[in-house]
Amino acid sequence: MGKLFKASIRENGLVIKNHYLLTLHPIEKIPKPEPGNFFMLSISDGLDPLLKRPFSLHRWLDGDFQILYRVAGKGTELLSRRRTGDVLDVVGPLGKSFTVNKQNKPILVAGGLGIAPIFALAEKLKKRQPALFYGARTKKEVLCIDELKTLGVDPIVSTDDGTFGAKDNIINVLTKYLARHKSPVSNYCLYACGPKPMLVALSNLAKKFRLKGYIALEQYMACGLGTCLGCVINTTRGYKRVCKEGPVFSTDEVIW
Amino acid sequence: MVAKRTLNLNTGLGRLKLKNPVMTASGTFGYGKEYSEFIDLNKLGAIVVKGISLRPMKGNPEPRICETPCGMLNAIGLQNVGLKGFIKQQLPYLRKLETKIIVNVLGNSIDEYCELAEKLDGTGINAIELNVSCPNVKKGGIVFGTDPKNFGELIKCVRRKTTLPLISKLSPNVTDIKLFARIAEDSGSDIISLINTITGMSIDIKTRKPRLANITGGLSGPAIRPVAVRMVRECYKTVRIPIIGMGGIISAEDAVEFILAGASAVAVGTGNFINPGATIDILKGIKSYMSEEGISSLKELIGAAQC
Repeated sequence: MGKLFKASIRENGLVIKNHYLLTLHPIEKIPKPEPGNFFMLSISDGLDPLLKRPFSLHRWLDGDFQILYRVAGKGTELLSRRRTGDVLDVVGPLGKSFTVNKQNKPILVAGGLGIAPIFALAEKLKKRQPALFYGARTKKEVLCIDELKTLGVDPIVSTDDGTFGAKDNIINVLTKYLARHKSPVSNYCLYACGPKPMLVALSNLAKKFRLKGYIALEQYMACGLGTCLGCVINTTRGYKRVCKEGPVFSTDEVIW
Repeated sequence: MVAKRTLNLNTGLGRLKLKNPVMTASGTFGYGKEYSEFIDLNKLGAIVVKGISLRPMKGNPEPRICETPCGMLNAIGLQNVGLKGFIKQQLPYLRKLETKIIVNVLGNSIDEYCELAEKLDGTGINAIELNVSCPNVKKGGIVFGTDPKNFGELIKCVRRKTTLPLISKLSPNVTDIKLFARIAEDSGSDIISLINTITGMSIDIKTRKPRLANITGGLSGPAIRPVAVRMVRECYKTVRIPIIGMGGIISAEDAVEFILAGASAVAVGTGNFINPGATIDILKGIKSYMSEEGISSLKELIGAAQC
């Protein structure tokens, strides 16, 4: 499925402090990526950083695609300095996308920058009017609200400091929602991406309510192709590669 | 316009004949299939598959990799499908390819290495590479690669169990690699390959913890290339058996450097991670270099460094 191609930067703009939205234009036609898929991007033409970096699909724009990223280290810092017209080597789309179950009502859960791939899924599922729970540290870090509303998805937001939405943890908000909701909760399916503590809490929640849940994981990768075996996580089926068997895993298979 | 001359890329590793010198390094190319989406595997000189043990191995806990300047550390711990799994699931595909298939093997004891060699003989593969230099497992591997006595004994025993060309992969984590090259030659190895990764370590200064769960790992990538070139040259001056050179090759220029140092073939490792098309790009680049330099046969370049 993956392809090695060159893509030119249409835009690489600062969204909020340390967060950038990168729009890439593949120079040749590429297979359409699905929510949960990722791309390996070359950061520099030199030897340091050496390895490509994995980024999940944020948005597919009829041939172009977007990556929403945060400057977290040397690689992303250098990426943030790339300008319109620069050409990057890219491999992708890679990995297993979100499995969408047609029977169940989708509940999307994003924590922090986990909104990047969750947005892609919201866009794909917009006709089914998914509920979207979105937790962030503070109002300034709540992204994509207008874009979500344009899709017809009205997110339920909570922040750690209460500057936007409830002052609460998003998993608590979701728990309360599930507890008071009338329809059998087993009709729901969870789809999430976010920091590890959130995913652990979400997995426990899924277990408690006996819900099916899928989570997109992040891991250091060297190749992204399934050969280096560097990005594994422990699962009920043994070590599995985040790049190949993932990045989307079922909540009941990951051993935290 | 210069008339196009026929370039002879053939290279002989003793009785193992390759159509060109570009190979893959064990552990960086999976079982081949993973790269078929990106390159024509039939164009490669040889494919060396991920190390195989008698029984499947689950590998080390994560994190298993981290990036370092111009290189990376890994401590995968030889996760693999085991011999039976390999023969059943992977080998049928590999055997259909028009390239040489080399199987890297590892064991916890001489008996295990011998059993692997015996069972692989006659499966249609083209050579066996002894992994005696993996720094990331507690038993086996490097225990054989850094102790001259164990090393020689292992090769002699395996030699008796297989008729296939036998490659010994040398560890750079020794004081004098020439000693090991000589032992490999004297004990019946047909070929030596070098270098495996160099043992390294990296610490996160905020958490004060090592970046790898295994604490130490093997360093690969361009960072180790000068060490590898030096070692290939030393071995070339020491033994008569052919050498497969590797260590941080990511471009044709790098590959030519190894060939000039004395390698009859080269293996691309970490380079495959950075660019899945690296092997083919390198092959093309070697041809361009030969044309530009007016060299018609690769053999003219092997060991041709002026020193």
